[in-house]
Amino acid sequence: MSETEPSERARARTAFRRAQHRRALLVAGVATAIVLALVAWVVTTAPGWDRAREAFFSPERAVEVLPEVAAGLWLNLRVWLVASVVGLVLGLLLAVVRTSRIPALFPLRMLAIAYVDVFRGVPLLLTLLLVGFGLPALRLTWLPVSAAFLGGLAIVLTYTAYLAEIFRAGIESVHPSQVAAARSLGLSRGRAVRHVVLPQAVRNVTAPVASMLVSLQKDSGLISILGAVDAIRAAQIATTGDYNFTPYVVAGLLFLLISIPLTRLVDAWSARHGWRGGLSTVSGAGGLR
Amino acid sequence: MSGTGAPLLSLRGVRKSFGGTRRRGARGGVAHLVLDGVDLDLAPHSCTVLVGASGSGKSTLLRVVDLLEDVDDGQILLDGVDVADPWVDADAVRARLALVFQQYNLFPHLRVMDNLTLAPRVVHGRPRDEAEAAAEAMLAKVGLAHKARAYPDQLSGGEQQRVAIARALVGDPEVLLLDEVTSALDPALVGEVLDLLLDLRTEGTTMLVATHEMGFARDVADEVVFLHEGRVHERGTPAQVLDDPQRAATREFLRRLHR
Ligand SMILES: Nc1ncnc2c1ncn2[C@@H]1O[C@H](COP(=O)(O)OP(=O)(O)OP(=O)(O)O)[C@@H](O)[C@H]1O
Ligand SMILES: [Mg+2]
Repeated sequence: MSETEPSERARARTAFRRAQHRRALLVAGVATAIVLALVAWVVTTAPGWDRAREAFFSPERAVEVLPEVAAGLWLNLRVWLVASVVGLVLGLLLAVVRTSRIPALFPLRMLAIAYVDVFRGVPLLLTLLLVGFGLPALRLTWLPVSAAFLGGLAIVLTYTAYLAEIFRAGIESVHPSQVAAARSLGLSRGRAVRHVVLPQAVRNVTAPVASMLVSLQKDSGLISILGAVDAIRAAQIATTGDYNFTPYVVAGLLFLLISIPLTRLVDAWSARHGWRGGLSTVSGAGGLR
Repeated sequence: MSGTGAPLLSLRGVRKSFGGTRRRGARGGVAHLVLDGVDLDLAPHSCTVLVGASGSGKSTLLRVVDLLEDVDDGQILLDGVDVADPWVDADAVRARLALVFQQYNLFPHLRVMDNLTLAPRVVHGRPRDEAEAAAEAMLAKVGLAHKARAYPDQLSGGEQQRVAIARALVGDPEVLLLDEVTSALDPALVGEVLDLLLDLRTEGTTMLVATHEMGFARDVADEVVFLHEGRVHERGTPAQVLDDPQRAATREFLRRLHR
């Protein structure tokens, strides 16, 4: 097998590119080192550094509280999982209802619009407080009143609204000519939505949906304000009395340990399954019967 | 004409405009009248070719026949039934017709095979293996058996066009509506697709074809219809319309094509 020898010109170009690449690496390395050194210097020469190190980064305390905080994180993860599944299903359902033209669904459509407007507009913290302290006041015997349940419910309420809006954007991004093609083949309106519109809609919004789920994981920590013993609340309990805040740092690191790989996973996944654009046409399929 | 007896598909005074007239209280803007009383008869087993300048309404006419656009007025008679009436089951009518779109409109999320089997499985309830066998045969006919597992955006323009044709044919339509089906093909492929269409006609499919290619019209048409200003301006055999046009607008159109 004889590879063609690169010409003198090609070799010169390769050498130049390599040199440039080396230079870029060097510059990046030096710049990073300078910044890190500067930060370390500012922090360690601060007057309160010794006490801060003791209060926030005590290794012994970290090891001590790790089991409790990790047990709390397990609750966060469960809330995240359940809220994600419920939010995805309800969000998609709301989006379909909202974009459908079936007359019988009209009242539901109005409800869906009102729901999304309300829960997207109210801060999550407020929803949490209202659900967490308001619902138990109704004394409904069939309603679980554990803080984890109520907190999860509030998160689901808010995130369903966000997810519904994302899915709606996805549905509207599918070109009408796709519906025309499906209808032309004899598919009914409902079948065209199910087999042609929704699969493309969901693919089109995978990236924003995934980033919503990552931020849901993080917001699951908010259930601690209702008293649920999650990672944050466990850390808070561990800090009472001794003014050592290391448990908070541990909780923060644990959250990062979940959310950073999750974010990378999502990025990699959407890079691989990235949507390569549809086909276009002139005329829409608006008022098909 | 090779057809016999009553027409399979007839258009009577079909009118279609875009932009406003159908909605009450149209906000400004004059309606753009695209079809202004079109009459057409397709005999069973016949092939009718639509010609006309770009924008003359060929695609619109095909979409109207496939019930993808509502008409403003007039009749679309399929086997004597006016399918333009809103109480007719449009899904059932569309399942009897097949339209190959000018822009193909393949489903980008489905492999070629699934593009072909979607309607047979979902609309006609055929089992998957049966539908796939039929789809494979059809893909072989258009020379794309080896692309069954590809996604549409992995195909060349000409391959996409042939998949679109195969998708339309796999449902065994009574009337085949073709919109510029050879625009993305090289001469050799045009010949192959042409042969395929001639075969289909022998097998009994009725065809309505919009095209800019007069050679194609000459080879495959029983009747050539020239659309101009929203109406059928001239009609006849290919020899009559293309070689001996009677009307000034037809002559002008053909003269521009040949220049
Ligand atoms: N959905 C629509 N809304 C508004 N105008 C439309 C619509 N569809 C088509 N038209 C207009 O109708 C006219 C006819 O369009 P049509 O696509 O039927 O032409 P055509 O004969 O197929 O042209 P070509 O040979 O370029 O494909 C054009 O002027 C076009 O702008
Ligand atoms: Mg056209």
